[in-house]
Amino acid sequence: MQFDHILQYVLSGLSSGAIYALIGIGFSIIYNATGIINFAQGEFVMLGGMLALFFLQLLKLPLWAAIPCAVLVSAAAGLLFERLAIKPLRQPTPINLVIITIGGSILMRGLAMLLWGKDTHALQPFSGETPIGVGGATILPQHLWILAITLIIIALNKYYFYHTVSGKAMRACSYNRRAASLVGIDVRRMVLISFVISSGMGAMAGIIVAPLTMTSFDVGIMLGLKGFCAAIIGGMSSGMATVLGGLILGVLESLGAGLISSGYKDAIAFIILLLILFVRPQGLFGKSDTERV
Amino acid sequence: MKRELMKFLLFAIPMLLLPLALQGGYMLNVMVFVGINTMLAVALNLLLGYAGQISLGHAGFFGLGAYISGALTTISGLNPWLAMPLAALVVGLLAFGIGFPILKLKGHYLAMATLGLGIIIYIAFNETVTLTGGPSGLSGIPNLSLGGFVFDSDLKNYYLIWFFTLLVVLFSLNLAGSRIGRALRAVHDSEVAARVVGVNARLLKVQIFTLSAVICSLAGSLYAHTMTFLAPASFGFHFSVELLTMVVIGGLGSVYGSFLGAALLTLLPEFLRAAHDYDIVIYGILLIVMVMFMPGGLVRGVPEIYRKLASRRGNAADA
Amino acid sequence: MPLMLELQGVTQIFGGVTALEDVCFTASAGDITGVIGPNGAGKTTLFNIVTGIYSQTSGRVLFEGRDVSGLPPEKLATVGIVRTFQNIELFANMTVLENVMVGLHTRSRSGLLACSLRMPWAMREERQIRGEAVKWLEFAGIAELADVEAGNLPFGKGRLLEIARAMALQPRILLMDEPAAGLNSRETMGLAALIRQIRDMGVTVMLVEHDMELVMDICDRIVVLNLGRKLAEGTPRQIQDNPDVVAAYLGVDE
Repeated sequence: MQFDHILQYVLSGLSSGAIYALIGIGFSIIYNATGIINFAQGEFVMLGGMLALFFLQLLKLPLWAAIPCAVLVSAAAGLLFERLAIKPLRQPTPINLVIITIGGSILMRGLAMLLWGKDTHALQPFSGETPIGVGGATILPQHLWILAITLIIIALNKYYFYHTVSGKAMRACSYNRRAASLVGIDVRRMVLISFVISSGMGAMAGIIVAPLTMTSFDVGIMLGLKGFCAAIIGGMSSGMATVLGGLILGVLESLGAGLISSGYKDAIAFIILLLILFVRPQGLFGKSDTERV
Repeated sequence: MKRELMKFLLFAIPMLLLPLALQGGYMLNVMVFVGINTMLAVALNLLLGYAGQISLGHAGFFGLGAYISGALTTISGLNPWLAMPLAALVVGLLAFGIGFPILKLKGHYLAMATLGLGIIIYIAFNETVTLTGGPSGLSGIPNLSLGGFVFDSDLKNYYLIWFFTLLVVLFSLNLAGSRIGRALRAVHDSEVAARVVGVNARLLKVQIFTLSAVICSLAGSLYAHTMTFLAPASFGFHFSVELLTMVVIGGLGSVYGSFLGAALLTLLPEFLRAAHDYDIVIYGILLIVMVMFMPGGLVRGVPEIYRKLASRRGNAADA
Repeated sequence: MPLMLELQGVTQIFGGVTALEDVCFTASAGDITGVIGPNGAGKTTLFNIVTGIYSQTSGRVLFEGRDVSGLPPEKLATVGIVRTFQNIELFANMTVLENVMVGLHTRSRSGLLACSLRMPWAMREERQIRGEAVKWLEFAGIAELADVEAGNLPFGKGRLLEIARAMALQPRILLMDEPAAGLNSRETMGLAALIRQIRDMGVTVMLVEHDMELVMDICDRIVVLNLGRKLAEGTPRQIQDNPDVVAAYLGVDE
C-alpha cells in the first residue's frame, strides 16, 4: 500500500473525525449538565443539513444567511424538545429518559421525512470543488471548511465554558448539580442552555458535512452514534479529549474502509464503541474510578 | 394460582378460536405477525420490565435466529426442526458471552452499547452475502413440516406460531411469578440491596438476557420458516425501537401487556392505512406520551383511568 | 469467645483521601459490637468494606478465621455476612412479604427451567419460602403488613422489614448501619429489644450508631473511630471514661 493512499485516508478521516468531534461534544455538554445521553442528538445534525438545504433551495437565501438560519431553527428545536419532553417528565429514571429521547428522535426523523421526503440531497460546497494537492494526496475545499469551522466552534466553546458566567455555572453543574443549585445557580436553566448549545452545534456539524456526504431524513442515527462513540473515547469530556476521540475514530474508520472493506466501515465505529465501553468506560484518556457501586 | 390459570385460559382459548371468526384470508396472516411480535415483546419485557435492563439490539437476536435457520436449511439442507434449536443455541451462547461485559453497563450506556451491537449484527446481515444473500435477501427457506404435514397455509401457520406464542407466554408468566422473577424485580428496584441479600445480580442479569435472546431467536426461526424469505431491513434499529414501543405501550413488567402492545402496533397499520407512512411519527408520539402520562402502560393506565372516572361518577351521584 | 470478625490493618484511600488508616479490631462471636465516632470517622466506609461494597486499598478482613477480603456482597451474604443500610434499601415496588422472600433466595435452589415449567419440587420450595418469610415477619412484628407495598411503609416499619429480610438469610453476623436513625424513642426501645433477641438467637451483631444511649445500653464492646483511625476499644464503661474519646467528641485539640 502506497504512502499516498494512506495519507489520503488520513486526511479524509480527519475531516469526518472533526464532524464526529462536534457531535460528540454536543453529547457531552448535555451529559455533563444533566446526566442524560440524548438519543435525539443525531437528529439535530440531520435537521441542520436539511434546514440549510431548505433555506437555500426553497427560500433562495444566500449561503451566508441560510447557515445561521438553519442553526437557529435547530437550536430552537432543541429548546422546544427540552421544554416539551424532558422538563415535564415526572419520573426521570434513566430508562424513561432513554425512551423519551428515542421517542423524540424518531418523531423528528418522521416529521423530516414527511416535510422533505425520503430523497437524498446534496448541499452545494461552500467554495467550489477544485481539489487541492497535499503531498501526494488531495483534499476538497469543503474539507478545509470543516476543519476551520470545527476549530472556531471549539475555540468559542472553550471561551464560553471558561470565560463567561453562564459557562462557569454550567461547569459547576457538571461537577455537582446539587451544590451548584445551593450556591444559587439555576440548574433548570443550565439544562435548557445545554440542550440549545448542543443542538446548535449538532446542526452546524450537519451543515458542514452535507456537501460531502449528502443528507437525508435518516442520516441522524449513524452520525449521532458515531458522535457518541467519539464522546465515549473522550470520556464524555466537552473539550479536547472528545475532539481527539472524534479524530481517532474518523481516521481509524477511513483507514479501515480503505484497507480492509468499505462495507464494514460503519461497523468499525461500533466495534470501537463496544470495546471502549467494555474495557475503558471512563474513556481512553480518563483516570479510572475507584467507586464500584 | 388458580386465578393465574384462569387468566391464561381466558387469553389462550379466544386466540385458538380466533381463526373461526376470521374465516381465513389476510387477517389470519396479520395475526401470525401478532404472534411473532408477542413472543419478541414478551422476551424484551422479561429483560426490560422485570430486570430493568434496556436493550436496543433485540432485533439483532431476532434476525440472527431467522438467518441462521434460513442459511442452515437452504445452504446446508438441514431439517428446519434441527436448525431451530441450533440457531437458539448459537444465539444463546453469543448472548451469554457478550452479556457479561455489556450488562456491567447501566442505563444510558447499556442502551447505547446494545444499540451498537444491534447495528453491528445488522451490518453483518448486509455484508455476509454468501450466507444471507445480502441486501437482496435470502429466499427459498423451507416451511416446517411434521411427517407429511407441511405448515404452508395461513391457517396452519397461525396454529404453528400461536402454539409457540402461548408456550412462550405461559413460560414467561411462570418465570415471572417464581423466585427468579422475584429476584429480577429485586435487582430492578435496588441492585445493591439485592446483592447484599445474596442475589447474584450480575449472573442473573446475564441469564435473563440470554433467555430473552433465545426466545427472540426462536421467534426469528419461526418467522424464517413461515415467511420463507428474509431481508436485512426487517432486523434493523427501526425494529428494535418498534419492539421497545410495544413493551412500553403495553406495560413494563406485564406479560399480557406485551401482547397488547404487540397486537396494537401490528394491527394499527392495517386499520389505519395512512399509518403506514407515518409509522415512525406515530411511534415517536406514542413513546413520549406513554412515558409522560401513562408510565405503567395500557394494562395499568386504562384500569386507573376507569377507576378515576367511576369514582368521579360516584361522587357526582352522592352530591 | 471465638472470633467472628477480625480486621487487620484495613486501609481505604479514595483518590488521595485516606478514609480509613490501618484499622485493626475484632468482634467476638455472640457479642454486640458497636462502632462509634464523630461524622467522617469512616464508620460507613468500614461497613462497606466488610460487606464487599468497596474493596479496601490494603489490609485483610477475616471471617471466622477465613480471609474474605475482596469477595463480592452476594458471596459474603451466602457465607453469613449480612447488612442493613442507614437509609434503608428496600425493594420499593414489591410487597413486604416478597421483600423477605427475596431474602430467602439463596436458601432456595430451583433453577430457571424448573421455575418456568412449574416443576412440583419448585412449587413445594416456593410454599416453604412463603411460610418461612411469614415467620420472619412475625419475628419483626410486622406480619399484618405482609401485602403492603414496601415503598408505602412508614420509615420505622421499613427498618423492621429490612431487619426481617436480613434475618431471613440466617446470617452468622448482622451489620447494622445506624439502625436507630430516624426512629422515635418508642421505636428505638423496640429496636433495642429486637437486637438483643437477635443476639440471643446466636447471631453476632455489629452496629454503627449515633444514639449513644442505645449504644451504651446494648453493646458488649465498643470500637471508636476518629478521622479514619481507631481511637479506642473496650466495654461501654471503659469507653465512657476514656479521655481521648471525650476529647474527640467534643473536638478538643490535644
